[in-house]
Amino acid sequence: MTNKDVILCRCEDVTIQDIHDVIAEGYHTLEEIKRVTRVGMGPCQGRTCLMLILRELSQLTNQPIESLLPDTYRPPTKSISFDLFGKSPKEGGELE
Amino acid sequence: MTSKAEIVIIGGGISGCAIAYNLAKKGMKNIVLVEKDYISSGATGRCGAGIRQQWGAEMNCQVAKLSREFFETAEETLGYEHSIDFKQKGYLILAATEKEDKQSKKNVALQNSLGIDTKYISMEEAKKIVPMLNTKDFISATYCKDDGHLNPWHTTLAFAKAAEKLGVKIYTHTEVTGIDRKDGEITGIETNKGYIHTNKVVNAAGGHAQVIGEMAGVDLPVYSERRQILVTEPVAPILDPMVISFSKDIYCQQVPHGAFIMGRGGEDEPRDLKNTTSWDFLEKMTETALSILPDLKKTRVLRQWSGMYNMSPDKQPIYGDVPGLEGFYLAIGFSGHGFMFGPATGIIMAEFILGEKTTLPIDKLHISRFEKGELISEDSVV
Repeated sequence: MTNKDVILCRCEDVTIQDIHDVIAEGYHTLEEIKRVTRVGMGPCQGRTCLMLILRELSQLTNQPIESLLPDTYRPPTKSISFDLFGKSPKEGGELE
Repeated sequence: MTSKAEIVIIGGGISGCAIAYNLAKKGMKNIVLVEKDYISSGATGRCGAGIRQQWGAEMNCQVAKLSREFFETAEETLGYEHSIDFKQKGYLILAATEKEDKQSKKNVALQNSLGIDTKYISMEEAKKIVPMLNTKDFISATYCKDDGHLNPWHTTLAFAKAAEKLGVKIYTHTEVTGIDRKDGEITGIETNKGYIHTNKVVNAAGGHAQVIGEMAGVDLPVYSERRQILVTEPVAPILDPMVISFSKDIYCQQVPHGAFIMGRGGEDEPRDLKNTTSWDFLEKMTETALSILPDLKKTRVLRQWSGMYNMSPDKQPIYGDVPGLEGFYLAIGFSGHGFMFGPATGIIMAEFILGEKTTLPIDKLHISRFEKGELISEDSVV
């Protein structure tokens, strides 16, 4: 199995090879890699893939993992459907 | 890092990258761009990713049209290796009040006179464009099919990479800490990575434009206000255009990737330059969205974030130089539409800096317009 066959980010189908490619392109922070590849931007918001990506980045760029952690966490902590927050209109358009 | 430059551009958002690219394309040498974080880390990379030409103020329309024309072939022109996710499925702007309806008719007349193909349409016609639309609260709409979407990160990187190919030096993670001037002229900039001698500095610092102004000893008529935005999980395509309502305070679109992106303004947004999130945003945003686009009911919100609108007095950008300080140039005050104006910003600023005739009349965009007091304010902003 090659790096092209191993998916790191299953929400956005990003492989180890994809990550290696963008690191080679010069993107050496998680924020940049995220914006270029969409890694960690899917429904899991990085909960599955974050540490795997950071390990690759740490190893390939010789930076300690602690220095690579994301600096912002955003709400909601877990994905939530619209109708749990906002009221939705009934038949005819009036709000419930 | 280089210690001498012909020009230093401050800010690695779309404005700075587009200015660098255009200057280099016109043959300028020794161009440096400094960015305190990474490319598109500020307002550009946090924006709603829409491009529209439907404005109520003339210069906004003109700048938007010039930019839209560039965007249509941007990927090939800039020779970028990834996709910039261009989607041209229009903007639908909804009028909920008599006042908005009147403004819509006026805006369409202005836009049409400038060659922008906008149509004033009924809610029945709007429903054909967006079948899930709850038309109950609206009187009319305006629609321009040429408006659309682009990926802000990749678009900005496309400009940055094209600029680098033409010799521009881009220093990311490099923060400007001071600007030196002598006898009314710029002499250099201090950064956390070293000093650069230069007689020309471009302030393209987005949300931090006034901070850079202060460093140069210039009091700029802009301030920054936080705006919030959210993204959902990707779903099958069900919404073609960006949908906007000013009075309901919402813009919402489905990007090519499948996710919905939507944002609002709100009262009392902080002006402390912090990209914070507030607890009530999700509640207000989802409620407004559901009242207009009820099919979003079961769609899941993944994340909310925020960015800065750098507001100018008439909500139109400020381009050009600064009277009394030779070599200090401004591309600021975009008031929430700096990303979609990026290409025009690059073209006009490069022409101005090189002393050429500008594609659009610079006096109408110059900082001196505020002293003349002939302001036509833009009301069509979320």
